[in-house]
Amino acid sequence: MLKFALSRLFTFIPTFIGVAVISFGFIRVLPGDPIVVMAGERGLSEERYAALQQQFGFDRPIYVQFWDYLTGIFQGDLGNSFVTNRPVWDEFFTLFPATLELSLCAIIFAVAIGLPAGVIAAVNRGKFFDRFLMSGALIGYSMPIFWWALLLIVVVSGWLGWTPVSGRIGLMYFFDDVTGFMTIDSLLSGQDGAFASALSHLILPTIVLGTIPLAVIARQTRSAMLEVLSEDYIRTARAKGLGPRRVNGVHALRNALIPVVTVIGLSVGTLLAGAILTETIFSWPGIGKWMVDSIFRRDYPVVQGALLLIAVIVMLVNLTVDVLYGLINPKIRSR
Amino acid sequence: MTKLFTTTALSVLCLAGAASAQTLVYCSEASPEGFDPALYTSGTTFDASSHTVYDHLVEFETGTTNVVPGLAESWEVSEDGMTYTFNLREGVKFHSNDMFTPSRDLTAEDVIYSFQRQIDTEGTWEYFQSMGMGDLIESMEAPDDLTVVFNLTRPEAPFIANMAMDFASIVSAEYAQAMEEAGTPEMVNQQPIGTGPFEFVDYQTDAVIRYAANEDYFVEGVPRVENLVFAITPDASVRYQRLQAGECHVMPYPAPADVEAMQADENIVVMEQEGLNVGYLAYNTQQAPFDNPDVRRALNMAIDKQAIIDVVFQGSGQAATNPIPPTMWSYNESIEDDPYDPEAARQMLADAGVEDLSMRIWAMPVQRPYNPNARRMAELIQEDFSEIGVDVEIVSYEWGEYLERSSAVDRDGAVLLGWTGDNGDPDNFLAVLLGCDGVGASNRAQWCHEPFQELIDEAKTLPTQEERTPLYEEAQVIFKEQAPWATIAHSVVFMPMRPEVENYVVHPLGGHIFHEVGLAE
Repeated sequence: MLKFALSRLFTFIPTFIGVAVISFGFIRVLPGDPIVVMAGERGLSEERYAALQQQFGFDRPIYVQFWDYLTGIFQGDLGNSFVTNRPVWDEFFTLFPATLELSLCAIIFAVAIGLPAGVIAAVNRGKFFDRFLMSGALIGYSMPIFWWALLLIVVVSGWLGWTPVSGRIGLMYFFDDVTGFMTIDSLLSGQDGAFASALSHLILPTIVLGTIPLAVIARQTRSAMLEVLSEDYIRTARAKGLGPRRVNGVHALRNALIPVVTVIGLSVGTLLAGAILTETIFSWPGIGKWMVDSIFRRDYPVVQGALLLIAVIVMLVNLTVDVLYGLINPKIRSR
Repeated sequence: MTKLFTTTALSVLCLAGAASAQTLVYCSEASPEGFDPALYTSGTTFDASSHTVYDHLVEFETGTTNVVPGLAESWEVSEDGMTYTFNLREGVKFHSNDMFTPSRDLTAEDVIYSFQRQIDTEGTWEYFQSMGMGDLIESMEAPDDLTVVFNLTRPEAPFIANMAMDFASIVSAEYAQAMEEAGTPEMVNQQPIGTGPFEFVDYQTDAVIRYAANEDYFVEGVPRVENLVFAITPDASVRYQRLQAGECHVMPYPAPADVEAMQADENIVVMEQEGLNVGYLAYNTQQAPFDNPDVRRALNMAIDKQAIIDVVFQGSGQAATNPIPPTMWSYNESIEDDPYDPEAARQMLADAGVEDLSMRIWAMPVQRPYNPNARRMAELIQEDFSEIGVDVEIVSYEWGEYLERSSAVDRDGAVLLGWTGDNGDPDNFLAVLLGCDGVGASNRAQWCHEPFQELIDEAKTLPTQEERTPLYEEAQVIFKEQAPWATIAHSVVFMPMRPEVENYVVHPLGGHIFHEVGLAE
């Protein structure tokens, strides 16, 4: 198992270097000079432009800039934001727990509902439940996040008043970050009602961010289950007299899980992409909105640093998924 | 230490939470870039720093662009207009935080430091630099603790208004020095110390900024609330929902489509004010046939501005006649706008010998108060121009590219752009956007017209508004005759708020200011 994990880790290295090169190049091939964007309608003189170029280090050859960036990465220094002048590393880890907390909740929500829904649909193939659940999944998958979020806010927060509109916690609660996870920090703070407030703020963004992965997981579970259910060993299991719960839940589901785990792993990328919109709408202080803002401002260190860190996270998640395959299916491990 | 500080602050705010009537919540539209206003140029950052934590030597009177005393009780200008002497208020206290407790009140040293750092130090003191302040200030002196003298390199009437601008916020020299010695100079930008009506308490990145009232503030009874909270809410529809749900008291920048519903809602009060801005279409006056004022005027007469106001601004704008907005002093009311008359326009073009004209119109890729949808605006103008036989191709570039390319002297066609005033001074519009120095940069019409330039140059050297006004009025007449731009619109700014908010005044310069705002019990 360890050997398997290490071999996967080894493939990580060229990917990491590739990502470092792409993240550096990506923002630079976009049109738009960060200094001109910063000056806005006002414009700036040639001398001032030259001075700022020098200050940001843009007057140096591109390979020198790249070398600095690369050596910085290995020293754990991703540079400072042009705008806030704070280290990219600090900014990322201030905001990342918010994105992680929301993404984890969203994936738990998606799996908790999507997996049973897929199983129920497969077992009831062609019947009402199947059609109902799969139509629901199709709607969920096709729904624009922006529209869905606003609809939920208007109905659930506005008309019904069941949840707060946006933010991470009620404004009356105020405590230091310990873990960066609001649910945990609110518990640690010991303030009455803080945890409930943090949970209530999580509900709508979790539903919105989890909807697409939920739909994908439900559909994937259904098709994987259908495939497995038609296998000979399932017929054998049934012929042995095993009850439907044991056949579906143990024999079929375990084998159907491999493609589902793949989908869950790939959903992490979708979640981070979806987080951009969800975070903007729900005023959720995570990395999605931070990255979009930095792209518009052409804040090179932030964009390249954030891309690199996000890519590393997605790679780590996929590495974990690979290892999980091995746990679920010993055949993969031995290959 | 941070914990101790925030815990103390926490207890203050928890109390405030209990007595929520004392906490004013403002759903701000974006995150501040930092808290040292001299480093930045965005209004969002100024709201969070310059308008809360800091004061200036002079201030813009709330709701107007008139300059009134601030940290300086009074000031004198020498006869030649080159020396400004400010007399500082006595006993003005700086805030404190867990890293710093001031040992003295505000003195001339702090004022000189606040400007000298922007003259000396390399850095992105972008606003100060772009306003040409580094070249303007020759030297500063402090004859005593409460007097500051600015010696200028030339007479410059807008100087006094510049002193009320955000980059002219007065920071504590003692705090800056302490942080420098502690090896954490960035704290000046992250944990600001000023003399303003609100003390900075805490900033949770991209989420919430908290302030507490400065109990030692030098104006009696100000601020009126105990705590101020900025709840950062980037989406306009969500801000509206939060306002409705009572999660915030005031919100800026409503979506134009929501304004009507807000006005009909009895739980929301919508204030409005004409914005200090102008959206325009700038011809390249150095290229044929736009080098002919008759052609430019003919094109202007073909534009149906009312349709633009209705469609693009959805009513939240007014047609612009002059290059400066009507709320600005010296606005020439006697000037009449070019009538919308396609027939006459077609005739004028024919008289000028222009046939089968094809041109480009540049549409900005971003939304601005002076132009909420440049693409749509360009399409409407394209339609208008096609009626008089002018064929228009619409082009657009990424924002940075757009700004750069549109500045070029040899650029083709006409560019949609605009401007929001910095200091309420007409020079800030007329010289920056239409002066000869701006050709190849901020003067997108590439228009350098000597009679106009002479007027604005002279006006800048005169000390009083009364003396300057007739010159600016005359300059606007020349502008209208020469028509380097089609003046399109000035936006109207809407500020929705809860009915319990008292005494809020919409600031013509666009800032959101809460010193004197209270909440009804």
